[in-house]
Amino acid sequence: MNPLLSVTGLTKSYGPVEVLKGIDFDVAAGEKIALIGPSGSGKSTCLRCLNFLEKPSAGEIHLDGERIGVRLDRPMNDRQLAPQRAEMGMVFQLFNLWPHLSVTENVAIAARKVRGLSAREARELALDMLAKVHMTHRADASPLELSGGQQQRVAIARALAQKPKLMLFDEPTSALDPELVHEVLKVMEELAAEGRTMLIVTHEIAFARDIADRVLFLDGGRIVEQGPARDLILSPREPRTQAFLRQIRH
Amino acid sequence: MIGSSTFTLILQGLLTGAGVTVVVTLVSLLLSLSLGFGLALVRQFAKRRGLHAMIDLYCEIMRNIPALTHLFILYFGLASIGFRLSSMAAAILGLGLIGAAVTCDLFRAGFAALPKGQAEAALAVGFTPSQTILDILTPQAMRLALPSLGNYAVQLLKDTSIVSAIAAPEIMFYARSLVTSSFQTTLIYTMVAVLYLALALPLMQAIRVLETRYGKLKA
Ligand SMILES: Nc1ncnc2c1ncn2[C@@H]1O[C@H](COP(=O)(O)OP(=O)(O)O)[C@@H](O)[C@H]1O
Ligand SMILES: [Mg+2]
Repeated sequence: MNPLLSVTGLTKSYGPVEVLKGIDFDVAAGEKIALIGPSGSGKSTCLRCLNFLEKPSAGEIHLDGERIGVRLDRPMNDRQLAPQRAEMGMVFQLFNLWPHLSVTENVAIAARKVRGLSAREARELALDMLAKVHMTHRADASPLELSGGQQQRVAIARALAQKPKLMLFDEPTSALDPELVHEVLKVMEELAAEGRTMLIVTHEIAFARDIADRVLFLDGGRIVEQGPARDLILSPREPRTQAFLRQIRH
Repeated sequence: MIGSSTFTLILQGLLTGAGVTVVVTLVSLLLSLSLGFGLALVRQFAKRRGLHAMIDLYCEIMRNIPALTHLFILYFGLASIGFRLSSMAAAILGLGLIGAAVTCDLFRAGFAALPKGQAEAALAVGFTPSQTILDILTPQAMRLALPSLGNYAVQLLKDTSIVSAIAAPEIMFYARSLVTSSFQTTLIYTMVAVLYLALALPLMQAIRVLETRYGKLKA
């Protein structure tokens, strides 16, 4: 079976600095992949290249057989990219909820404006998604009134409302107070159990070990090591992976 | 002592002028807000460098030449080449065009203050750039710009006093001619001051209402 997502030769440079130096990996439908690595290794850049928030310098990305960001050998602009981006839900480190909209509107607006649902349908969908992240009780609140953990759960609901083929998480708990991390990881665990395809950048090693099928260790813009989550985390082969995991457990 | 009929006459004159002041303020405010917002959008989001340079030049010109000079060019200058504007039209157009440079900057500051993640989240859910600008960035930029736009509106109300120089019949225009005919200088200018205050207070109140209703973007 073809992979849902395939990444080949992904390279990204900022000026003379090569941040991603040729990344290759596949993600099968339903697979959970954790992307780990030291700060500055290119994890965010890699994730952001997948939906072309950053334009890759070279390489190919295919989602469900469709080439992302390129049509008939020509780069697509942001307007043309919109429908492709809608296929991937993205959860950001800093949530990026829209503070001028209510919680429900944050989740519903794309359903209306991108997928053309009626206001009523979009609201129902939003409430369903908010139920999934256990945020129904704050449906009418402003994002400004929520804790970080609550905001991140709403952000997850917003991404779920896209009905995406793939969920991208960029350190979803890194900006949270320690006591709020758990509620977000719990929601993600529930999503994983539903068989969703997830690509997760995280420093939560225990979480990665428990819910990821595979782990990719990124360092200096390259995938240094990859393998089944337990194997890689419990018995890494590469010295750099070993050093990183030792350091993160201090 | 002045007779009550003189007082009534003065009051009537000033109130007529106040009506014109209100019209000039509101119409030129509308003009400057819509033009300034359009300029800000182009300056902030259009990719054309040439357009950016033109807008920057426009703002520099508007900012660095006295308003009175602009008004004279519009009123006397255009008339001398056969394009005659009424004093009201020249006043409104002049203040509107100058104000557009001001509000353009204020709107741009609003857009610039938004975290990059706001637009990124919008693009990530599948919004087009124009949807992102319209539905996500603009409402927030407007809210952020609201206090400074409010200050500008009050400033504009006061600045309408200069259009008396091109014979637009607003408060100061009436005041001067009433002073000439009645010599009640102190009384008239005190009434003028009270009148401006009476116009500014509801304006400020309206802005405050807008701010409490829409102004909150931070917890
Ligand atoms: N817009 C940018 N311009 C220049 N350099 C960047 C930019 N974004 C990221 N980088 C650099 O790319 C490298 C990888 O960054 P990032 O992908 O954010 O790493 P990670 O998410 O693994 O911490 C870092 O050295 C960072 O400084
Ligand atoms: Mg990062």
